[in-house]
Amino acid sequence: MLKSLPKFLIAAIVAAVPLAQAAEHEEASGQCRALEIAHWKADTEIGNSASLQRGARNFMGYCAGCHSMKYMRYSRMAADLGIPEAQLEAALLPAGSSKNDYITAPLDATDGSAWFGKAPPDLSLIARSRGTDYLYQFLKSFYADPATSSGVNNISLPGTAMPHVLSALQGVPEAVRCTLTESVGGEGGGAKGDVVVQKLEVPVAGQLSAAEYDAFVRDTVNFLDYVGEPAKLHRTSIGIWVILFLLVFTGFAYLLKQEYWKDVK
Amino acid sequence: MAASSHDAAGKGGFRAWLNKRLPVDEFVESQLTGYFAPKNFNIWYFFGALSLLVFVIQILSGIFLTMHYKVGEATAFDSVEYIMREVEWGWFIRYLHSTGASFFFIVVYLHMFRALMYGSYRAPRELLWIFGMFVYLALMAEAFMGYVLPWGNMSYWGAQVIVNLFGTIPVIGPGLVEWIRGDYGIADSTLNRFFSLHVVAVPFALAFLILMHLVALRQTGSNNPDGIEIKQNLGADGKPVDGIPFHPYYTVKDLVGVGAFLIFFCIVLFFVPTFGGLFLEKPNFEPANPLSTPAHIAPVWYFTPFYAMLRAVPDQQLGALLMLLAIVVFFFLPWLDRSPVKSIRYKGLLSKLFLGAFVIAFVVLGYLGMAPAEGLYVLLARIFTVVYFAFFLLMPWYTRIEKTAPVPQRVTSHA
Amino acid sequence: MSDTVHDSGEVDLSRRKFLTAATAATGAVGAGFTLVPFIASWKPSERARAMGAPVEIDLSKLEPGQMITPSWRKQPIYVVRRTPELLASLEKHDANLKDPQSGASNQPAYTKNAQRSLRPEFLVLFGTCTHLGCLPKERFKPGDAQLGTDWPGGFFCPCHGSRFDMAGRVFNGSPASLNLAIPPHSFASDTKLVIGVDPTPAKGAA
Repeated sequence: MLKSLPKFLIAAIVAAVPLAQAAEHEEASGQCRALEIAHWKADTEIGNSASLQRGARNFMGYCAGCHSMKYMRYSRMAADLGIPEAQLEAALLPAGSSKNDYITAPLDATDGSAWFGKAPPDLSLIARSRGTDYLYQFLKSFYADPATSSGVNNISLPGTAMPHVLSALQGVPEAVRCTLTESVGGEGGGAKGDVVVQKLEVPVAGQLSAAEYDAFVRDTVNFLDYVGEPAKLHRTSIGIWVILFLLVFTGFAYLLKQEYWKDVK
Repeated sequence: MAASSHDAAGKGGFRAWLNKRLPVDEFVESQLTGYFAPKNFNIWYFFGALSLLVFVIQILSGIFLTMHYKVGEATAFDSVEYIMREVEWGWFIRYLHSTGASFFFIVVYLHMFRALMYGSYRAPRELLWIFGMFVYLALMAEAFMGYVLPWGNMSYWGAQVIVNLFGTIPVIGPGLVEWIRGDYGIADSTLNRFFSLHVVAVPFALAFLILMHLVALRQTGSNNPDGIEIKQNLGADGKPVDGIPFHPYYTVKDLVGVGAFLIFFCIVLFFVPTFGGLFLEKPNFEPANPLSTPAHIAPVWYFTPFYAMLRAVPDQQLGALLMLLAIVVFFFLPWLDRSPVKSIRYKGLLSKLFLGAFVIAFVVLGYLGMAPAEGLYVLLARIFTVVYFAFFLLMPWYTRIEKTAPVPQRVTSHA
Repeated sequence: MSDTVHDSGEVDLSRRKFLTAATAATGAVGAGFTLVPFIASWKPSERARAMGAPVEIDLSKLEPGQMITPSWRKQPIYVVRRTPELLASLEKHDANLKDPQSGASNQPAYTKNAQRSLRPEFLVLFGTCTHLGCLPKERFKPGDAQLGTDWPGGFFCPCHGSRFDMAGRVFNGSPASLNLAIPPHSFASDTKLVIGVDPTPAKGAA
């Protein structure tokens, strides 16, 4: 009985997963529900340097015009991510910058406030203060909204001042709305009669497919995660050696204690 | 042969020379090899030594952080990021200090719980207990002011909320708050004085109080899980029959505890230094912003039980007073406990139930202090605040009426 | 000793000694490793190193006989464009110098020559007196009123009166005993001096 229990549990889980997925699917097609983005996970890998390099390229190409990383130097970034110096200077370093400079944006804060209503924030620590999932959800949940000055709105950050900078890649998603026929509690819920965004559809695709766009965002978020804490690249591998060492020390100390405590009746 | 005897004489000569001028051997004899501790200490008895270890870690890492940190509204936040990024191994030293802060409270809370379980606060150890409580108070002040130094948004708003608590004091409150801040809001002047207190004044006070705590411990000797006074049962040689010399027996045992503790400590330091936002909170990675309160403001976990009590009371002054009482009441513990026995092992069912309920209340209040103050949570906070105080205030009653088990003549076990 | 502690007769002393040594040795190694981050944290930080990176200096505006003093690694660097007359003056007073061949002085090998320079026209020096660290003044005019009619042109330290020629070599009678030191440098082009980088093939070092 005991032996068969885990197998039984696994079987139950395996059986339940497709059921749950089916149920979710049914709900999406049938009833009106607000789009839930909280379960969109960034799933970044800090150890994937190819992804980090792509993320750096994405950031320098699409974000660095407005957003600074005032605690990060180009040279440190290149050294940490294994970007050769020649490539850094050719592809990533803006004209007039030295590789030892911090990553500053050409846009100054007062211009930023004037153009967008809010100066674009520095992104050095954005992954630490908001988390990677939030950034992933934010970059994926822009949709067309003629009511705003930038022409887009965002599910994750309603009323955001940021335009959809990546629209050339993703296209501009349209919000498909529906009216709640009953009050729904919890996240993605609302009162009966509320009009909610049910899903986002891209009418005219951009340069990237949906999957490619997800990967693009994931790489960028991974890079932001690295920039939030550069030490993260080495911290865990050092940690493993420290723990192993402490195990040896504690082992000796335990044997020593057992030896001395033979005296104690 | 001749050489080795000459060496020995040389050593003896130096030792004699030294001891004539500095009581080294006498100190070792009186404090370590000749100091007898009960032989039945269990795992709970590690946390005193571990608290001392964390104190040393904090002093050491703090000294090095101070070398790179730049106090000041305009520089503090940047200098912490400078430490995290540009100082070689700076991230390690900073995480050592931030992880150390949380672990300090973990070990101190476990150390205090040990005292509650085994009646270590009872006569003749009242002063030992009171010095310990002063250490705890100083530690709270130290932790709070240290938390302000990185000058993140949580630092700023934490300081705002805590300092405003002093404003609830009748008459002098508002003036006092302004005096503490040195400005009309939390400002550069506040940060600067907190830095001075955190780095110089409170560590001195802590070191002194810890010393007094240890001196008092040496005077009374340690309690033990059976709550028996080992000094009352001496052998023919005049030494306690249930005692063993602190050195080597407990020094080698504490080494095992230190090793095991450091494993946990380093797992957090190297793998989850923010501990999911509990040890380093997300909003504190944004610089202090006097115009924007973080969406969800709560103190660091070690203060949340008291914060929950503060919020459970719908009156500002009463809330602050209750919070103060929750700490002050600890000081009276030696006189609230009227049981004929010390250890929970021989106390009755009521004591066990109340102690269990107290621990649950403390943990639940800690959780509630982090959760938003709404609906059911407020009600729960009130209920558990009552439980928390019941443990103390009903103690004279339940410790007297319950039936206790007989205390053995000798300590019962050792591990 | 109390009755709970055995007589030492039954004790395996060698095992005790071994385990004590093993624990102590492991602990010492651990303490040693723990010291590393603290000691390393005193090294120049990345910021200091970034600020100490090589500096490029445009020489196109530097006229013959003029000096500029850029700073590299928090130290003033003297860059002088020497006129042919000043260069010629160097050959005449070897007998008055403490270290005419710069044998004891500090400079990169590629500047250990008669002009103490990569290209004779340009003199690059640490502007720090080798005596006690003051900054010698430029006194390029021969026969300077203060320094005497036989003064060939050079540097004069106001603190303790050390005198140097137009190659930074110290004169007899000065309290300083070494020639002014020379930082690593190279020319990226005809008009671009790089301080902190040796000439090729080692470009990109430092």
